[in-house]
Amino acid sequence: MKKQTLIIASLFILVFAYFGGSYLYKNQYAKSVDFMAKENTALFVRPHSPVYGEESATTYIIDFFDPACETCKAFHPFVESIMEKHPGKIKLVLRYAPFHTDSYYVVQMLEAAKLQDKYDQTLKVLFKYQGQWASHHSPNIALIWGYLPEAGIDVEKLKDDMKRPEIDAAIKQDIADAKTLGVTKTPQFFVNGKPLVKFGYKELEELIESEL
Amino acid sequence: MSMPNQSSTLAWNLLFLCWLVATVAMLGSLFFSEVMMFPPCIMCWYQRICMYPLVIIFLVALFPLDKNVLKYAQPFVYIGLFFAIYQNLLYYKILPESVQPCSQGVSCTSDYINWFGFFTIQMLSLIAFSLILILLTLFKRNISK
Repeated sequence: MKKQTLIIASLFILVFAYFGGSYLYKNQYAKSVDFMAKENTALFVRPHSPVYGEESATTYIIDFFDPACETCKAFHPFVESIMEKHPGKIKLVLRYAPFHTDSYYVVQMLEAAKLQDKYDQTLKVLFKYQGQWASHHSPNIALIWGYLPEAGIDVEKLKDDMKRPEIDAAIKQDIADAKTLGVTKTPQFFVNGKPLVKFGYKELEELIESEL
Repeated sequence: MSMPNQSSTLAWNLLFLCWLVATVAMLGSLFFSEVMMFPPCIMCWYQRICMYPLVIIFLVALFPLDKNVLKYAQPFVYIGLFFAIYQNLLYYKILPESVQPCSQGVSCTSDYINWFGFFTIQMLSLIAFSLILILLTLFKRNISK
């Protein structure tokens, strides 16, 4: 009898430590991000960051994404639909977290597309054909050149622009900010500096609505 | 007459400690991957495959105390220990990086945690498997007395 009690007590303590620990950890994470949001807003929005939505909007959704990530692609229209639901209230800031191998080059393409004023079109084309160029998590850069004209891109100019040092600096800045903010998976969302702790469509919508 | 009883109590306690180490290792590794969101590398998976069953094997062998547990637990411990040693050799660059089988995906030699410059996740796994091996060896001596 005593032995059973010992096992049950140990199990209870360990499981309690596990869940207590995860609660504390997540709480601590949310607090430290909240602190950074107050002290250093630049971590969330950099001058180079593409921003969608109206100027007067006060709710910021920060979306750290990787163009080769399937879940990022799936969330993109979802976030857009939430923005349409609340016109004029939400701003979407896109940040890069190129975790997949070679995603860095794809992000370079996106940034270079900005110089041709074709950012949005390029992002849409990248997501549209993602299943082909990014199947099995290993981006095939060579395939992408073929899709870009559909976005109205001058591929030769894009290839030159990709090498610009300011593009490199912008991406490195995003990667550094992602690290500071504890982004380890994509997409990671922050709404007005609050991280999306439990991942999911419903959870994101609730977080956004609580910040409107 | 009380001797065999005492010795079997010690054996039970040793096995209980084995179970405790395995359970802490399991929950710890789950904490790293599920709460702290560290992606596990392939070596971590091989060691998990060996560690997690031990939690069940030890628990079953405790009620009532089953001395045959050695036969079932030892293979898992030795295989897990093998991967743990191998990964630590890679981490400390005693084995060259080029022969590591985990070049794709997450690197098996990265530092997610490093407490006191010694306790990395790789080292924690090695400690857990070594502890279980030591405890099981004591258990073996105890029951063969």
